[in-house]
Order: sequence, then C-alpha cells, then structure tokens
Amino acid sequence: MVEVRLRVNGADASLDLPPQVSLLDALRERLGLTGTKKGCDQGACGACTVLADGERINSCLALAVQYAGREITTIEGIAGDGPGHPLQAAFVRNDGLQCGYCTSGQICSAIGMLAEHGAGMPSAVTEHLCADGAELTDDEIRERMSGNLCRCGAYNGIVDAIREFAAAEAER
Amino acid sequence: MTSTPTAPTRTPSPVETGTGRSVGRPLDRVDGTAKTTGAARYAAEHPHPGLAHAALVHAAVTRGRITGIDAAGAEAVPGVLAVITHENAPAMKPPPPVSVLNLSSLASGSSVNYLNTDEVHWNGQPVAVVVAETPEAARHAAGLVRVSYRELPATVDFAAEEGNAVPQKSSALQSGGARKGDAEAALAAAPVSVDLRFTTPPYHHNAIEPHATTAVWDGDRLTVHEGTQNITWLRDHLALRFGVPVRNVRVVAPYVGGAFGGKTMVWAGTVLTVLAARVTGRPVRMALTREGVYRTVGGRTPSAQRVALGARADGTLTALIHTSVTQTGRTGGLPEQATSQSRHLYAAENILLRQNLVELDAVPNTPMRAPGESIGTFALESAVDELACALGLDPIELRMRNEPERNPVDGKRFAHRMLREAYALGAERFGWSGRTPEPGSMRDGGWLVGLGVASAYHPSWQMPANVTVRLSADGSVVVRCGFHEMGMGGATAQAQIAADALGVPFEAVRVEYGDSDLPSGPGAGGSAQTASVAASLLAACEKLKGSLLALARRSGGSPLRGRRPGDLEARDGGLWAGPAGPGETYAAILARAGRDSAEAAVGSDTRVGKVTGQLRFMSKLLRDRRRWVKAACGAHFCEVRVDPDTGEVRVSRWLGVFDVGRVVNAKMVASQLRGGIVMGIGMALSEETLVDPRNGRIMNPGLADYHVPVHADVPPIDVHCLDVPDPTMPLGLLGVGEVSVTGVAAAIANAVRHATGRRVRDLPVTPDKLL
Repeated sequence: MVEVRLRVNGADASLDLPPQVSLLDALRERLGLTGTKKGCDQGACGACTVLADGERINSCLALAVQYAGREITTIEGIAGDGPGHPLQAAFVRNDGLQCGYCTSGQICSAIGMLAEHGAGMPSAVTEHLCADGAELTDDEIRERMSGNLCRCGAYNGIVDAIREFAAAEAER
Repeated sequence: MTSTPTAPTRTPSPVETGTGRSVGRPLDRVDGTAKTTGAARYAAEHPHPGLAHAALVHAAVTRGRITGIDAAGAEAVPGVLAVITHENAPAMKPPPPVSVLNLSSLASGSSVNYLNTDEVHWNGQPVAVVVAETPEAARHAAGLVRVSYRELPATVDFAAEEGNAVPQKSSALQSGGARKGDAEAALAAAPVSVDLRFTTPPYHHNAIEPHATTAVWDGDRLTVHEGTQNITWLRDHLALRFGVPVRNVRVVAPYVGGAFGGKTMVWAGTVLTVLAARVTGRPVRMALTREGVYRTVGGRTPSAQRVALGARADGTLTALIHTSVTQTGRTGGLPEQATSQSRHLYAAENILLRQNLVELDAVPNTPMRAPGESIGTFALESAVDELACALGLDPIELRMRNEPERNPVDGKRFAHRMLREAYALGAERFGWSGRTPEPGSMRDGGWLVGLGVASAYHPSWQMPANVTVRLSADGSVVVRCGFHEMGMGGATAQAQIAADALGVPFEAVRVEYGDSDLPSGPGAGGSAQTASVAASLLAACEKLKGSLLALARRSGGSPLRGRRPGDLEARDGGLWAGPAGPGETYAAILARAGRDSAEAAVGSDTRVGKVTGQLRFMSKLLRDRRRWVKAACGAHFCEVRVDPDTGEVRVSRWLGVFDVGRVVNAKMVASQLRGGIVMGIGMALSEETLVDPRNGRIMNPGLADYHVPVHADVPPIDVHCLDVPDPTMPLGLLGVGEVSVTGVAAAIANAVRHATGRRVRDLPVTPDKLL
C-alpha cells in the first residue's frame, strides 16, 4: 500500500492504495466519482478521459500514484462553481449523446482538445503545420476527437455541440 | 406524400394527427443533464455498504471436462473472499427449455449451468469466479487460478462447416424459408442474371458500457443493478435459477450504457455475480472486462449467402433466390433470418428463400441491431445493384420497376409502404441525377468518387406493456412503466405522448422506467419499445380521462354534466367540449370530488394478468401477421471516395430517407437513425471479429483491435423522415431502432463498385480487397 494525495475537482483526498491502482479506479471505486466511465480499461475508447492540469488523459492508463499533487478535473468538476458548463448544455441541445456512457469522456476530451487547438497544436489534418492558429473546421474537430468512441453513433451531434460552444467562446 | 391505396383506414384521434403540442417537437431529451454531468448511475456505479468485487476465470480450452482446479494461489491473495468453482458452488436450477408460451424462457444466453458442471463448451466459458475486497485483488487472483482439462474434439470453423449446414426451422416469431414458383428454372431461363456469393464476418455490439452487475441479497430477497434490455426476462430468469419467488427479485436498470441486442439475454456474468453474492453473503459487483464481454456474451453470427437474380431485358425480375448459412452455438443462440427482407422487397415472379444453420462449439450468438436484415440486405441489395449494372439500368429505376403492390411471397397487404416516395425524395435531395453510371467516371482530385444506393427494411413489432398513469390535483402527471433507456430517449418520447393525450404541458409529465417495481414494460428489442408502450399509455390516458369525466358527471355544478367522452377534447389541463365549448380543468374536477389524484392502469402484473397479457399478445401478433405485413423502410444514398493507390475508402456524404411512420421527437429519431448508419459504416468498412479457426478463440477481443467507427470516419449524415403514420400501429409508429443499419453496407459496397468497378462480396471492404 502507498499513500497517495490526490487533488480532484479542487478538493484534496488522501488514499491508501496498492501501487497498481489506476487513476480511473481510484476515482470510481475509492472516491465515488463514477461520472468518469470505464469502457475498455485499455486506452482504446476514451470513456475515462479526465483533465490533468487542463490536459486530457486516459485515466485508465494512468496510475493514481503518478498523479499525486496534480490538478485532476472530472466531469463532476467541469462546471466549477457554476450551474453547469456551457459545453454540457450544448451536448444536450445538439443531442450529442444517446446512452450517455461515453459522454463524460467526450466532454472532458473536447475541453482538453480545444485548449490544445488554442495553443496552436496541429493535428493530422492540419494543412500548414507552422501556421498560427489553424481554423477549427469540422474535419479538425473530428480528427482531434477520434480517440473518443461513441457506439450509439452520436458523432454528428457531438461535433455540432463542440463547434457551437467553440464559436460562442471565440465571441466572448 | 400519400400512403398506399391498400392501407386500411380509421379515424385518427387528435393526438394521432399530431395536432397536440408535444408529439413531433424536437425536444431535448429529459435525461440529458444527468448524462452530461456524470450524475446518471449505471449498473456498476451503485454504492452498497460492504460491497465485494468479482472477476471471472475463463476456460482456456474449447471443449472438454475440467479435471482439476488449483485455487490455492488465488486464495492466498490478501482480500480474497472466495474462489467459486464447480467443485464448491451451490446448485442452481438449470436454464429453462425455450417455449414461445413462456417468453421469459428466451432469456437464457446459453443452456450452460455455469459452475454447476465440469463441462466446457467454448473457449472462454467461465469456469470460476473470484470474489475479493477490491477489484484489483479479484482480477489478480483470477489470474492465479490453475485449471486442468481433458480436451475433447471441437467444431469451430464456420467456413469449414458451411457444407454441413441443416435447414433452419420457422417459429411463431421468425420466418423460415419461402417458395413461389420455380425460381431455379426461371433463373436458368432469364436473359439477364447474376448469381453471387457473399460472406459477412462475426461482429460484436461493443456497447461502450461493458456488461456489469451489482447483486445484493437480503435473506431471500434479491436486488440486481444491471444494464439490461429486458427487465422482465432477467427477473424471471434469476428467480427461477435461484429458486425464489419472482416478487422477491428486483431489477433496477434506469440507465443502460448502450446495448444493441447484446444485453437482451442473461449471460454468465449476471448469474455468477448473483451466485457470488449468495456464497459470500456480501453485496457483489462484477464489471466485465472488455475481453470478458467477448468471451461470455454472444455477437452477431457470421454468414455465407447466395443471391441469384434473373430478369427480363426491361428489368422485370423473374427469379429471386436468397439462401443463407449462419451459425449458432451448441448451447444456444438465435438462428438469424438473413433472408427476411427478401420476402418483402421485390415483386419477383419466382422466389426461393432458404436459411440454413451450423452449430459450433462457440459462445452462442445473439441478436445484434437488426439480426437477419442487417446482413441479409448486404447480400440482396448488392446483388440488385450488380443486376442493374448487368442490365445497364439505373439502380433506383430497377428497384422501382420491381416495387411490389402486395407482399411478394404470399400476396398479403402492406399495412403501409412508402419506399417509392423515399427514393424519389432522396434522389432529389442527394443530387442522384448528377451521377454518371460508368465506374471510375467520377473523380475529385486523386480520389475516385462513387455513389451508391440501397434499401433499408425492418419488420415492425408490438409487444405487451403494462402502464399506469396518475394525474394529481397540482396538474402533474406520472407515467409508470418498466421499460428500458439505452439512449433511445424513451422517457422523453412517452412524456410527449402522454402530454398530448391528456392535454397537459410536456413539462408536467414525469416518466418512471427501468425498474421491476414498476408495471412490466416490453423488452427493448425489435424496434418495438416505443410503439408498445405508447399503445398501453394511450389506452391508460383514455381510461383516466373517462374516470375523470365520470367524477365530474357525478358531482353537481360541473359544466361537463351530460357530456360524453366522444364530445370532449383534452387540452389546457382539462376536458372541454370542442375548441370554444364549456369544460373544466382536471384540477377543478379533482377538487370538487375531494380527491388528490386519479389513476388508470392498463395490463396487470398478477400471475393471471401476465398470462392473459401474453396470450393477448400472441393472438394479436398472429392475427396481424395474417392480415398485414408491417415494416419500416428507407432509402440510403451514399458517396464514397476511394484512394486508387491505397484502396482506402472514405464515406464522404450520406442521406437516409426513412418511412418510420409517425415521428414522436424529430431530434431523437434522427439521432437514432444516424446511429444505425454509423454502425453500418463500421460493418461495411472496418469491423470484424477474428476467430482462430483452430480453436474458436476470438483473437481481437478489444476496441484496439476491433475497429468501430470513430469521429473521423463519420461525415455529416442527412436524415429525413417521411413522417406519415402507419394506420395499423399505435400512434402510427413503425419503430426506428434498427431499420437504418439495414442496407448501409450494401450502399457502401455499391458506391465502391461505382467508384472502382470492383464488386466486394466479402465484408468488411478493407483496402486489400480493392488492390
């Protein structure tokens, strides 16, 4: 057993864990934060996506001990103190979900993805790798979100929600 | 748009004609906030004090007898509570024999009585379950259980066994073969013909939520949290297996993280979690690993199909032959009706349909979105396209020339059929007239561009459903029915239907579902749930309005005195005699009668009530079957781009025009139809379960190696519904869950044929098949 101090959604938690426990299992089984989902436990589906210091990670491939002291944000903390994150509302409005099981991961991933895009990181479909600020086209959204599977096939609505949210953010 | 002249007619009520204020509106789904905030709890997410965790040990041989189990290593792992094997497991009653008189008997995924036998029937069958204080300890210890076997010969290779297939039987629920005229002779005599062989691989549902169960015993009472598509079946099955009364079992399933047929049957993980909880006296949770799902839950059968078509030079079909071979497991599985759509789609003069089966030592196959039609339409609709090429006819024109007035195999009437309208509208919207027919004639830069069409077809079903509706003096309405929510938006749709039937705002209606404490709902299958619940819900609302009117008539001073139900319309939270006539609100009626609420029920969950409900269901089914053919259908239009150097296929544009009857919620219906198309894109281009032909072991049991479509694979999908109610279905609903996956793979293969000149007859259409 090792003692791990995690900081999740702005709150500190101290856990005694076997060192092989993943961040995902620590969140779900130890901290009761079941909004983060386990779809494959192999880093292949993205349902477990959370933000670590604002960057998206697959929490199933992360050992909890590696993330001691990092700022972890899960779907439960995405809204901060507000009534809800506008991207959550955009998902509902655009029907970017059906069964809901991939949804937490899609939303966390989209927030991380938009930060990556905003920081100028290119993707496989970015035309000019050296240009400042590639336009956030639907192709860019689809390419950058392709690590998050949705078996219900709500992809069109998810892209609509992300585009709508990103456009509103850009206007602010 | 008009319905076919043969369709029966009756006077629709206001709610059916869509004059209500909720049905038809593209409202947001009512559980959207719970699902986007992480508040929705799925089967593995319900906390219980003292919860223990379980993990499975899978057989490493294909067929054999267990000769010994060494559990010492596992038992020594700190935190392990029990290693349960056939040597120490308590006896369970075996799964019941299947009978159509007891629909719950269909629930068994397999006839194997897990851990009550030393026999192994497939590679991966559970042979032990480990229970521990933590999931990590259970998983680790499961890997330490040593099992020895005496191996027996096994039959596992579908391709090798195809020649040994035997004819598939028909049943009350499934069509078998069909024969009209002499199709082989007509084929031989036809001036133009095609005779093609198609194969489809096994597929897996891969709902993003792996199967999970949380089981809690309290004496002889059992509570189970489970993502199931059939609460009633699961409840009845567990009661029988564990020897407790059905009323002692509660199944709670408010959210199901995707299912697509894979959570219809009761599989090993569920039964063994309940067993583990009984053995340890602790609440137990078992969330299967992704690999565990592949090893213990069935997928879609592989198939080999022959479609042969003969036509005159003008395209008139003289012969249609469709035969199939599919697989079941030796211990169970669903015989797929791969030729189902071929009974209904074309007015061929001579028809021969035959379905054959092989039994393999494999995990039993199980329904997956449109079992039968999804793979059957690939073969039929590819062959029709090939015939169009051979005839030099436009593929839509060929279909329209053979569009039947009556059901081709038996002359029954179509309750409703708008395939012509779907193609006409689709061709215009998609710009079909811009297609040049010559293969390889359309290009976009370096890409070869291909356009293809195919028909979608899925039978419409209606199952029994028990429903109660309660209306309170404050104007709120509660609908209760134990149906299932896997993403279809059932609660939203039923609230819309109830709101219009009672004339109250949508926001006033709350729908309770997903719990066996509620009146029994229909299973979520056959695209039938919405129509099935709607039928009983509408009846319950009528009863409720009738009793409210009776209340009003009994008390002095009501403006409704002397009024009959037929004179009244439900609107503005009450009953009114016409648009301007007198009336009063439900609140006023209840207040005068000194009542807080009024309630109406349809169906009964008593033993007699259940039997009556099932008999009524079977007799209605058989009566309807004699009179009409009911189905949803549609026309897929697809554009692909093919890289001539690499053989890569990209789907670049999609339009689906569907005849699904009345649309309750345009937003959610479009989403569900799109979802079927996305699954079809995977079926066509990337999905394939690889089975080791030596031992039947699945070689790619995970999402890294089984490739479902990702964001980048899915273009904007244009979906259009004709939105004309079917007069024989409740509210005119035909069901939307499955129809859109049918025909998709053929539309893609047809577009690839147009782009490249190559006909791919073996799914998936991977680059190697185009080089």
